[in-house]
Amino acid sequence: MLSRTASSLYWLGRYFERADFIARLVEATVRLDVLSSQPSGDAAWASALAVTETDEAFAATGVGIGQRDVVRFLTLDSSHPGSIVRCLDMARNNAKAVRTALTREAWTAINRAWLLFENRATPGSTTSQLNLVEAVKNETRGFEGAVHRMLRNQTTWFIRLGQAVERADNTARLLDVKYHILLPEGERLGGAIDRDQWTTILQTVSAVTAYRWLYNDGLRPADVIDLLLARSELPRSLAASVEETVDVLNLLAKRTGNHGEADRMARMRASRMAKTRSGEVIASGLHQYLQAFIAENALLHGAIGRQFKFL
Amino acid sequence: MGKQAFDEIMGTPGDTTARPELAALGKWIEDTPDAELRRRQEAAETTFRQLGITFAVYGENEAAERIIPFDIVPRVFLHDEWTRLSDGLVQRVEAINAFLDDIYGERRILKEGILPEDLVLGNAQFRPEIAGIRPPHGVWAHICGIDLVRTGPDDFFVLEDNARTPSGVSYMLENREAMLRLCPELFREFRVAAVDSYPDLLLETMKSVAPHGTGSNPTCVLLTPGHYNSAYYEHSFLADSMGIELVEAADLVVDDDVVWMRTIAGRVKVDVIYRRIDDDYLDPLVFRPDSALGVPGLIAAYAAGNVAIMNAPGNGIADDKAIYSYMPDIVKFYSGGECKLRNVETWRCREPQALKYVLDNLEDVVVKLVDGSGGYGMLVGPTASKQEIEDFRAALIAEPHRYIAQPTLALSTVPTMAKGGLSPRHVDFRPFVLSGSKGVQVVPGGLTRVALKEGSLVVNSSQGGGTKDSFVLMADQSQRMNAGGMSQTMGGMTQTSGAQTSGGNS
Repeated sequence: MLSRTASSLYWLGRYFERADFIARLVEATVRLDVLSSQPSGDAAWASALAVTETDEAFAATGVGIGQRDVVRFLTLDSSHPGSIVRCLDMARNNAKAVRTALTREAWTAINRAWLLFENRATPGSTTSQLNLVEAVKNETRGFEGAVHRMLRNQTTWFIRLGQAVERADNTARLLDVKYHILLPEGERLGGAIDRDQWTTILQTVSAVTAYRWLYNDGLRPADVIDLLLARSELPRSLAASVEETVDVLNLLAKRTGNHGEADRMARMRASRMAKTRSGEVIASGLHQYLQAFIAENALLHGAIGRQFKFL
Repeated sequence: MGKQAFDEIMGTPGDTTARPELAALGKWIEDTPDAELRRRQEAAETTFRQLGITFAVYGENEAAERIIPFDIVPRVFLHDEWTRLSDGLVQRVEAINAFLDDIYGERRILKEGILPEDLVLGNAQFRPEIAGIRPPHGVWAHICGIDLVRTGPDDFFVLEDNARTPSGVSYMLENREAMLRLCPELFREFRVAAVDSYPDLLLETMKSVAPHGTGSNPTCVLLTPGHYNSAYYEHSFLADSMGIELVEAADLVVDDDVVWMRTIAGRVKVDVIYRRIDDDYLDPLVFRPDSALGVPGLIAAYAAGNVAIMNAPGNGIADDKAIYSYMPDIVKFYSGGECKLRNVETWRCREPQALKYVLDNLEDVVVKLVDGSGGYGMLVGPTASKQEIEDFRAALIAEPHRYIAQPTLALSTVPTMAKGGLSPRHVDFRPFVLSGSKGVQVVPGGLTRVALKEGSLVVNSSQGGGTKDSFVLMADQSQRMNAGGMSQTMGGMTQTSGAQTSGGNS
């Protein structure tokens, strides 16, 4: 496989995953803001910006924080590189560069997601915002389905590698920011807002039901953290993303004979992760742990690029 | 509206029913309500949009992508029409190959005075850098798109030869897919020759021209300028259907006159390149030094005989519009026989008498730049404004050698979906001719382009033209029509509908 093709597939996986994540984040925040027992208002939108690390970029637009403008910024703003439309645009550009490697179904899903934003200038009402992010989620799900029906070869694995690396990053950010900055001053831990916020986190990663299945103890922050950090049954947990990265790199090594720094880094991280107890992490500082995880993930990303000679 | 033209389906102007061989198609058109045809056409276009079957429009922003409008009524070639055309195409492309081999080799045709020497050697499309190089197996024009027009039942003319990087074959294939899905009844009615073997034939052609000693499974690639190119969809489509790598210049590297591509597992040797990059940009060491699209050293590797490039560099001389006017002489010179496909009468403005005629008749002729394409740089006399005519007059007087002129032809029409329903629109046709080491073959079909504006003769997609599927009917059409017109095949069993059970009218 061409190195350029491998690189485009990997980035395709990353950008599509990122678009999906932002769609979920927007949806969860809309719920948090509008539908919860005690609307949290602008604080919810501030935290959505913080999760994506775009608070400064948003501030630079000179617009005040509010649902409509933040949603527009995160979904439609083509001048903002982290918006869904830009992620989809980048995903589609990468997909176009490797059209020959994708099935029609996979390409069509990407193209359809991209077309959702055509001629769309405003986010519209809350309903139409929810419809839009729902549509994005549907297309990304369709894409995942298509990827799983492609030949099980390097093409699929590079896409999945990009997805896994991106997913690890996204979940770590979500956990970090929601845990540390969301609760307004003076608000009681375990209070209504706190509960809603933890529910939002679970919604963002589609894990509300999964949580109930695994923990029958009501909503406890420590359990939510445990689920997202250490339970590999949950596809979006850090543990699952880390395992997936190792698995996919193994498949690639077996097929291409290409084995190196990225494999070693990923394996070391996975074996460390297997011994991680979420309770200990919380006790010794979740924020530091997640920051280190995000940094290490970025190093792994660099190693992957070197190992497969991405251009 | 001006004078009526021959219609591919309805026949000679004045006829109220379809050509006898196409009666069933005429009935289909009559019986299918416009709204239904329109619905199917929209369904096809939605699919094209979703699949991203688009072309980029230059001069608009990078994201500007359009689909080429698709028309649901096919254009049809009767079997014997096709046989004659295809004989003529093979003869013509064989001559183009021989011409290229000669011009970059011995130059017999110049020595014998068939062509003026300066017209070839002084031509911008002639590449002195290529002289003396012979491509593997002596094949130059591996993929030719020959543009044809028709003015009457027996009057086909070649409008243009495209021997560089002709586009459109992906539309030929996608249009057929759309028709199979949306109008399956037509394929039950008519036996239409399949076009879907094109990618296999193309790959076969590529493999057949691999350098000698390459082995049984040469590495073939398709070289694209990248996804901002207007024909990128086609590039990816073809690479995909052939199962070969779609490469950009940055993926290739030349080392010691051998071409390699960079892969995740290291370098892989490349044997055959189907390039969709113009000569000018192919190799910055030989052609334009400022080109970032090219591969440094590619021409040296080619000259060393280590890689086949298709179409061969330097081919532009064969499809230059000034050379075109000599094509009947060229065909005669190399084939020894008369040219089976006629040229459109052409005035070479470089010749004083022709120039005088053109200047006197600007309102009636089409004037073209010899190196123009895509419908740009041309004057269509009958529809041009006074100002446009005067501008061309001045340009012609200043640089007559840059222009040719042709009469405006009454291009044939095909019923086409317009605002108020079906209405005749002018068409042209581009079949694709493949040349490999084992000979020349024509895929039974091609791209029909249609001018969507009433009366317009400009069919280029960059000028708002659309496309249609092109049916080539197979030989045993009449038998089928008589015997099986009413039968449906279901899971291998044949059911005869209606009360009459007699087996046709034999």
